[in-house]
Amino acid sequence: MSIMDHNGGSVVAMAGKDCVAIASDLRLGAGAMTVAMNFEKIFPVTDRIYLGLTGLATDITTLRDRFRYLVNMFTIKESRSIEPSTFAHLVSSTLYSRRFGPYFTEPVLAGLERTPSGGFKPYIAGADLIGCLNFAEDFIVAGTASDKLFGVAEGLWEPDLGPEDLFETISQTLLNSVDRDAYSGWGAIVYIITPEKVITRTLKGRMD
Amino acid sequence: MSTAIHLPRSGFDFSNANRNAFLEGKGVKMPKATSTGTTIVGCLFKDGIVLGADTRATAGPIVADKNCEKIHYISESIRCCGAGTAADTEFVTALISSNIELHALSTGRKPRVVTAMTMLKQRLFQYQGHIGAALVLGGVDATGAHLFTIHPHGSTDKLPYVTMGSGSLAAMAVFESGWRPSLEREQALQLVVAAISAGIFNDLGSGSNVDACVITATHTEMLRNYVMPNVRVEKERKYGFRRGTTAWTRENVRDMVVSEESRPIATAASGEAMDTS
Amino acid sequence: MPDMSAIANPQQRQFNPYAENGGTILAVAGADFTVIAGDTRQSEGYSIQTRYASKVFRLTDRAVLAVNGFAADGNMFVKKVKQRLEWYRHNHAKDMPLRSIARLIQTMLYAQRFFPYYVYNILGGIEEDGTGAVYSFDPVGSYEREACRAAGAAQSLLQPFLDNQIYFKNQTAARGYSHPAHLPLPDVLSIVIDSFTSATERHIEVGDGLEMYIVMAKGQTLPDAVTNLLPEELPSTGDGERVFVLKRDLKKD
Repeated sequence: MSIMDHNGGSVVAMAGKDCVAIASDLRLGAGAMTVAMNFEKIFPVTDRIYLGLTGLATDITTLRDRFRYLVNMFTIKESRSIEPSTFAHLVSSTLYSRRFGPYFTEPVLAGLERTPSGGFKPYIAGADLIGCLNFAEDFIVAGTASDKLFGVAEGLWEPDLGPEDLFETISQTLLNSVDRDAYSGWGAIVYIITPEKVITRTLKGRMD
Repeated sequence: MSTAIHLPRSGFDFSNANRNAFLEGKGVKMPKATSTGTTIVGCLFKDGIVLGADTRATAGPIVADKNCEKIHYISESIRCCGAGTAADTEFVTALISSNIELHALSTGRKPRVVTAMTMLKQRLFQYQGHIGAALVLGGVDATGAHLFTIHPHGSTDKLPYVTMGSGSLAAMAVFESGWRPSLEREQALQLVVAAISAGIFNDLGSGSNVDACVITATHTEMLRNYVMPNVRVEKERKYGFRRGTTAWTRENVRDMVVSEESRPIATAASGEAMDTS
Repeated sequence: MPDMSAIANPQQRQFNPYAENGGTILAVAGADFTVIAGDTRQSEGYSIQTRYASKVFRLTDRAVLAVNGFAADGNMFVKKVKQRLEWYRHNHAKDMPLRSIARLIQTMLYAQRFFPYYVYNILGGIEEDGTGAVYSFDPVGSYEREACRAAGAAQSLLQPFLDNQIYFKNQTAARGYSHPAHLPLPDVLSIVIDSFTSATERHIEVGDGLEMYIVMAKGQTLPDAVTNLLPEELPSTGDGERVFVLKRDLKKD
């Protein structure tokens, strides 16, 4: 079993019309045994950027704290909030600095990028464990259920979904994928990020 | 007691190397990084260089990115295609691009392709092949047009036409039958498109679109998604869900728009905003 | 220090009798029909061996078998099943019922328990009572009747999508309504086609072409939406069930 499968867990992010959504399961495992059902894998970075981390739980926690530090330093030095595209490159560089002793985690970002005209544009990105960025227009998946998430997301996603419709699509994608994965599940949480608000919903799903 | 803030040092950080080696020794399988599968090519023509690449990035048998960019910027007239471990090609080309810009400022001259080649090969050799970057470097400089391949262990070849990646055999078959010296721009572009297409359709590790880049002494033209032979057909059905299909247990709404309502309170003091008594 | 272990330790080379030929198959059972589909790409490693190699075969008027895994074993296994079915037809003067074919496949697979056929089989067709049925097998013969099943390279991509669209898993029905137990044929065909185009997008071993076999129960006619797609009807022996084939192109990259 690969080290990335030890604690289990999956994350998916999708882009919609003027909104993005990011969702994850809540399981923390030690191999086949489930240890916790409230292990959050998605963290707010700024008001408009949310970062999801999958893989080894200890590296998830370490990177969460490390990015908190790096983003704080950025904010202090530049007197402004970091933008999603900049943060994506920050994540990439941080992971690549450990090229020959990597953090065992695959991050997924979802956020709203400021446009020159002052509006917001949806932004999602993912990276592999050594920092290779993937700027998809549609969705990003990571974790033990990534194959399943790819299959369902490719079937269900369509462009320009509004916040409520995007919620339904991303929730159905996540729930059906983790139900086929032994190492993900035990609860799910979804964040829908729009320019005006962030809606967080805990989903009702199979607890096995 | 030092309270200096320790900012991250640049370069590689080996702090996790011991922990990871221990885990590997215990029989834990190391995860695979995104590889680009890939077909990348370069060819010399009358006025310069044409570079080409497909746009598929794979993680095992799964397509991780359907439209990634494999032609990296080194300098205004020098570009580099990358195959192998995607993060490695991205970062090694970015590093050398940065160093080339500093070098150009330091020397006061436009950068040369051989300089970029030497910087890349020396770095790759230093890491003994552990940086998995297989590159096709091409550009035009003061001495003319040059095309090189660089292998992950640091060896280089200087050739008029080159291919790299899992689709290199399919592409090279096209080049070997189609390349001749002094091609015109259109012929060279067509040849590159044919070579990349051979990779896209015959190699499972390559796919999606054709990117191209034409570099001449006067002008560099980046042709992103130059040919798109693999657009997805429209789906048979719409998969929208009824609102309320997904059951949720808890909701929390964080409003970012702070709306304030001010209601002036009538006071005994007639009309004065501030009581200065 | 160069790694000397490769030179120092003794090695043993062994011929590997199996190969992985990629591809994906899927079957969905309806109320009075079954759809059995498979892509037509056969690959090995990063190369394509052929863009058209059938993985779905008509056994009888009411049974269609899809095989996936190691193509040589798959083709040989289908041949042997067809031979057994021909013996049955001569000995019993009728075609073997579907559930008996399923049991036959189990015994044929288990007979090779210690040098298995490296194939994942999906048998689809019409049962004696006229309902659509899908039976899925593992390489050594464990089997189960289901409403829908995907197998092969893109199994992990397709099965959860099918769970959601065919079984309506994780979908709460609107108040006062319930999800249908079976979907009509045009809907099932659309879902199957979309499943394969999605799998082609994300899995390198899936693509080139799609073959869909539709087995219709006795006395049932194809809906107009499907006749408009011009399926090819395979010759039938007149027992009542009919088999149709629909072919589609898939992306070739």
